[in-house]
Amino acid sequence: MFLNRWLWPGLVTLLALSCLLSVSTGPVSISLVDALSAVLNWATQQNIGNIAPHEQLVVNTVRLPRTLLALAVGATLAQCGAVMQGLFRNPLADPGIIGVSSGAALGAAICIVLLPNVNPFMIPISAFVSGLITTLVVYRLASSSTGTSVVLLLLSGVAIAALAGAGIGMLTYLANDMALRDLTLWQMGSIAGAQWMYVSLCLVTLALLSWRFRQDAAALNALLLGESEARHLGIDVDKLKLRLILLCALGVGVSVAATGIIGFIGLVVPHLVRMMLGPDHRQLLPISALLGAALLALADIGARAFLPPAELPVGLVTAIIGAPFFIFLLLQQRSKLI
Amino acid sequence: MTATSYAKSESRSDSILAPRAHLTHSTHAQFERTKLSISKLDVSIGQKMVLSDINVQFKPGAVTALLGPNGAGKSTLLKALCQEISTPRQSIRLGHSQLADWPRGELAKSLAVLPQHASLTFPFTVSEVVAMGLYPLTISNKEGEALVAEQLALVGLSHLAKRSYPTLSGGEKQRVQLARVLTQLSQSPFPPILLLDEPTSALDLAQQHRVLELAQHLAHQQAYTVIVVLHDLNQAARYSDQLIVLKQGRIVSEGAPAEALSVNTIREVWDYEPVYLAAPQGGHPLIF
Repeated sequence: MFLNRWLWPGLVTLLALSCLLSVSTGPVSISLVDALSAVLNWATQQNIGNIAPHEQLVVNTVRLPRTLLALAVGATLAQCGAVMQGLFRNPLADPGIIGVSSGAALGAAICIVLLPNVNPFMIPISAFVSGLITTLVVYRLASSSTGTSVVLLLLSGVAIAALAGAGIGMLTYLANDMALRDLTLWQMGSIAGAQWMYVSLCLVTLALLSWRFRQDAAALNALLLGESEARHLGIDVDKLKLRLILLCALGVGVSVAATGIIGFIGLVVPHLVRMMLGPDHRQLLPISALLGAALLALADIGARAFLPPAELPVGLVTAIIGAPFFIFLLLQQRSKLI
Repeated sequence: MTATSYAKSESRSDSILAPRAHLTHSTHAQFERTKLSISKLDVSIGQKMVLSDINVQFKPGAVTALLGPNGAGKSTLLKALCQEISTPRQSIRLGHSQLADWPRGELAKSLAVLPQHASLTFPFTVSEVVAMGLYPLTISNKEGEALVAEQLALVGLSHLAKRSYPTLSGGEKQRVQLARVLTQLSQSPFPPILLLDEPTSALDLAQQHRVLELAQHLAHQQAYTVIVVLHDLNQAARYSDQLIVLKQGRIVSEGAPAEALSVNTIREVWDYEPVYLAAPQGGHPLIF
C-alpha cells in the first residue's frame, strides 16, 4: 500500500532530479537552479533568470539533447527488456545478453563503414533490420514447447554476440579513421554527442512502444501461462509474438543506432520493479520505463563525473552496475539452471 | 465435504453455482445452441493417423470421459476440440456453426481448457493468476475482483489469494487454474464447455474426488458440457455420464459407464485382465 502510494510521485521526482543534475553536470558547470531556468528558457523561448548566453548554448545544443536521449533510450531499453523476458518466458532475457544489441550494432556498423555517404536515417533502419533478424534467430534457437531454455538462450546470445563482434572487428579494418572512432564508441555505448535528430527519433519510438506495450500488457501476462493457455483465452498468440518481437527489435535497433550498445538496463530495471511490484506487465512496463530513464540518466552523469573533464562511455558504467547484478541473478537461479 | 456443500457454504446467492436464469426454463433450443459434435474427424500428424473417423455428440449437462491407453488419441481429441491443432473445417460443430468459424474472443468465453500442467514461473499472486481468466470478458475492475474472489472461494483457496503462485503445491496450482478457467467461462451466453486434461494427475485422493465432483456438479446443475481425459477407470465410471474409449485413434466403445466399460472392452483396449464387479441396478462398475 505504502509502495503503491509513493511509487509514482517518488519515481517522477527521481526522474526530474536526475534530469536537472544531468543538465548541470559537465565541464561547464551550471548550478541546478540555472539548469532549471535554462531548460524552461529552451521550452518557452524566453530568458528567465538571466542565464549567460554561452551556458544557454551549452544546454540547448549539448546537455539537453544528451539528457533527453538518455531518458528515451533508458525507458526504451527497460521496456524492451521487460517485454522480451515475458515473451521468452525467461527472466534472464535482455537485449544485450541474448545478442540482439550486438546484432543491431553490426547492422549499424555495416551502414557506417560500407555506406559512408548514405542518409543518416539509414543507420537506425539497418540496425533495426539486423536486430530483428537476430531476435528471430535467437528465439528459434532457444524455444521449445515449454518456453525458452535459459541455457540455450544464453548460449545463443554468446554465439550471436561473438559472430556480430567478429563482423564489427572485420569492419574496423575497412573503416577510415572517422568511422573507426564511431565504431569503438558504438561498441561501448555512449550518449555523448547526442544529436537532436536521434533524440526525436528515439522519443517517437519510445512513444509508439509504450502505447502498444500498454495495449498488449494483459495479453503478455496471459502468455506467461503458456502459449496454449493464452490461445485458449482468446489471444492470437502468433500475431502477438510477432508484433512484440518487431517492436523490441525496433526499440533496440533505434537505441543502438543512437547510442551504441548499452547493456543491462533491460535486465536490471524490470527485475527491480518485479521485486517491488510483482510481474504484472500492466504495472511493470510503465514503472520500468520511468526507472530505466532515471537510471540511464544517472549512469550518464556518473560517466561524466568519474574522471572530469574526460568521460567514460556510459555502457561501461551500466556494465559495472549490471554485470554483478546479473551474476547475483545467476546465483539466485543456480539450482534451477543446473 | 462434497463439491456441492463446499460451494454452498462459501458462495453467495449470485454465485456461479446458483442456477442461472437461462437454465430455469431450459429448452430444447438452448441445448441446440450449445451442442458440441464431431463428425468424420480424421487427424494425422506427419504420416501417422492419430485419429480416424471420429463421430461423437457431446451432451450438454453431462460429463463425458475420454479413456484409452497412452497414445490412443485422447489428448489429440481434446486438442482438436480446443482448436489447438487444425482440423478439417466441417468436422467439429458448436451450436449452429462450425467451431473453426467462431471468433476467437467469443469462443474463449464459452469454451475453456484446464491444462495438465501450467508452467508459470513468474511470481504472480494467486489472485493475479485467477484474474487472467478475465481476459476475454468485458467487465469492470470491481466486478472482476469480486468474480475472482468468488471463484477462489469455490475451489476453496480464498486463504491463499495473496500467495505467490510458484510456491504452491501441485494440487493447489491445479485448483488455482481451475478457478481461472471458471472465471473465463463466467460470462458465457449459454452453458459453457469445459475441457479437462487429466485434471487429477497432480492431486491427492481427496482432491481428485473434489475436482471431479465439482466438474459433475457444473454439468448436472448448470448444464456445462464437461469433457475430461482420465486414466483411472473407476473415477471415469463414477463421475461420467458418457464414456468414450479410444484405441489407436478410433472409438472402440461408447455409452453409459456400465455398458461402455465391459470386461471385454478393458481386455481388448488395455490388454489387461481386470477384476470386475458389475454394479447392481445400473450403477457404475468397480474395476481393479
